[in-house]
Amino acid sequence: MSESTTPHAVENTAVESAAAQAAEHVSKVAPRRAAKTLAEKVWRDHVVRQGEGVGDAAQPDLLYIDLHLIHEVTSPQAFEGLRLAGRPLRRPDLTIATEDHNTPTLAINKPIADLTSRTQIQTLRNNCAEFGVRLHSLGDAEQGIVHVVGPQLGLTQPGMTVVCGDSHTSTHGAVGALAFGIGTSEVEHVMATQTLPLKPFRTMAINVEGTLRPGVSSKDIILAIIAKIGTGGGQGYVLEYRGSAIRALSMDARMTICNMSIEAGARAGMIAPDETTFAYLKGRPHAPVGEEWDAAVEYWKSLTTEDDAEFDTEVFLDANTLEPFVTWGTNPGQGVSLSGSVPFPEDFGDENAKAAAERALAYMDLEAGTPMKEIRVNTVFLGSCTNSRIEDLRAAADIIRGREKDPNIRMMVVPGSARVRLEAEAEGLDKVFLDFGAEWRFAGCSMCLGMNPDQLEPGERCASTSNRNFEGRQGKGGRTHLVSPVVAAATAVRGTLSSPSDLESALTVA
Amino acid sequence: MEKFSTHTGIGVPLRQSNVDTDQIIPAVYLKRITRTGFEDALFSSWRKNPEFILNQEPFSRGSVLVAGADFGTGSSREHAVWALKDYGFKAVLSSRFADIFRGNSGKQGLVAAELAQDDIELIWKVLENAPGTEVTVDLESKLVTADTVVVPFHVDDYTRWRLLEGLDDIGLTLRNEPDITAFEATRPAIKPTTLPAKVQLSQA
Repeated sequence: MSESTTPHAVENTAVESAAAQAAEHVSKVAPRRAAKTLAEKVWRDHVVRQGEGVGDAAQPDLLYIDLHLIHEVTSPQAFEGLRLAGRPLRRPDLTIATEDHNTPTLAINKPIADLTSRTQIQTLRNNCAEFGVRLHSLGDAEQGIVHVVGPQLGLTQPGMTVVCGDSHTSTHGAVGALAFGIGTSEVEHVMATQTLPLKPFRTMAINVEGTLRPGVSSKDIILAIIAKIGTGGGQGYVLEYRGSAIRALSMDARMTICNMSIEAGARAGMIAPDETTFAYLKGRPHAPVGEEWDAAVEYWKSLTTEDDAEFDTEVFLDANTLEPFVTWGTNPGQGVSLSGSVPFPEDFGDENAKAAAERALAYMDLEAGTPMKEIRVNTVFLGSCTNSRIEDLRAAADIIRGREKDPNIRMMVVPGSARVRLEAEAEGLDKVFLDFGAEWRFAGCSMCLGMNPDQLEPGERCASTSNRNFEGRQGKGGRTHLVSPVVAAATAVRGTLSSPSDLESALTVA
Repeated sequence: MEKFSTHTGIGVPLRQSNVDTDQIIPAVYLKRITRTGFEDALFSSWRKNPEFILNQEPFSRGSVLVAGADFGTGSSREHAVWALKDYGFKAVLSSRFADIFRGNSGKQGLVAAELAQDDIELIWKVLENAPGTEVTVDLESKLVTADTVVVPFHVDDYTRWRLLEGLDDIGLTLRNEPDITAFEATRPAIKPTTLPAKVQLSQA
């Protein structure tokens, strides 16, 4: 910690005795290369105790966690574990809960119809009350998808470590935080100790240079990256998205990219904080103010990756030539340009990839060679922690405004948080969606994973702005094509997978 | 956590890559608030198909799952590990595991053994040629044995040690409690706290 750039104030004797212990411990740990990348710097500033040993025999570091986000699904067994062991929750003031996965998006003032869901929500409420955790319940203006709520409140800030029992915690990396999903045992571990034992991640740079063409968005960037490196390509890495195309993105757009890092196998994805980040954070409820703001910005600016830093791996993507992207299969790596066609299984060299493609085509009921734009869908879902922020809703609304929905399409719009919903209504976006014939729902995870009643019917095909096209993800037998908000909107107009440029004068309207 | 040193049981060849956690346990089962009783949830969608491997004898009694690459991708749900364990699986063999799934396995005493894909293929052949063949997963020697096939597997040393000793992570960490307290004393004041809430906990 000695090389940390954080403004430290060491001030009690417990620290001094611990320092003596630490000095003895330091002699047993291996020296690390200097922290030069964003991820390494954030890691360095949170090491409570470096693991002894080297290589495969190395013990994990003990890493301090700045913020623990909780929701109803992955926490009940962790709270129960604390209770059984008679352990307190160490830092309720670094913990926040919201209800999102199970909550209905209609009639939220009525008791939840599904008894198991209702019990799970009630269990979260009881646990938060018992352990003193702040909770934003259904009906609260700050309730919503945990990964929309955290940044919106200004609770996720650059240089922090953020965890949650949800794999899309990587979203918060967009502000320059090291944020990753954890399992329930780890949730309990963080509750009890505010730390996690972890081995350092390897680092991967994802360089995206150039300028996106109209109608192409950050969702297309990340879908193209996943198709390029595969669903396991980022395994063991923390990804850092860099380059002019990333710098040009808004915070909402950056969150979409970091959100899907896990779909490339990486637990975390990050973007270095810059003026866009600071402008986003300034004035948010939990952002620092006054002198603390200035001190914070100074620290945040020190977190960027240095010019001579080396990544373990580098990947390059050209933003200039990128087209809207869409998935055809049953994992997020099975994607193509929207102007392309369903691939032939025999085009995959690897036998296992070929078998996976055959299986995916059977499940998706698609014929190889079919142009993607000829695929007709039944449902359009605009929502999820990937694409349910105000800019996503604005972008989709700009496409559909003044247009007519294909009569056979059902379109569901689910804002990411109650706050986003209020903001959208203040701008009149709700009216745009309702006039178009879309459903305007209350906030939550909704059809992204279909834990609540928002599900696809067997055989139904959906263009979805969510993050996973797994078999049955959005409802048993449902078929999912992952798309951006503007592709979702254009698809709702035409009834087939469509890009905004397929709509006559779409771009002039937008 | 129960100690694990070696296990021998019927091997189940699951010739499929990218077995995601939504397949291992669909989201609908995540509404439960218990930590056990998920055996019915395991692969519940696939198990409706009579052809599915776990609906075949003797594989239904299997305890060592031999799967394709990228096993356990997707969600962080530890329920996936609970469901495998509740069904009776003691070990999963694959050439590559999703990070979170692998971590969750290690916390719950399920061995996630990483093998070379070529070795996975060899074991698949053994299990398909002689259904019911028992597979031994020896954590001491880090070797998998299936009939005449004896191949090494990888599991990191720290996880292996914890599994062999049956150690609880939280207990281990709390041994370093003074370090945590010392670290907390140095945390900068500019870091945010969730309490007091700087927003009204009001009704929308």
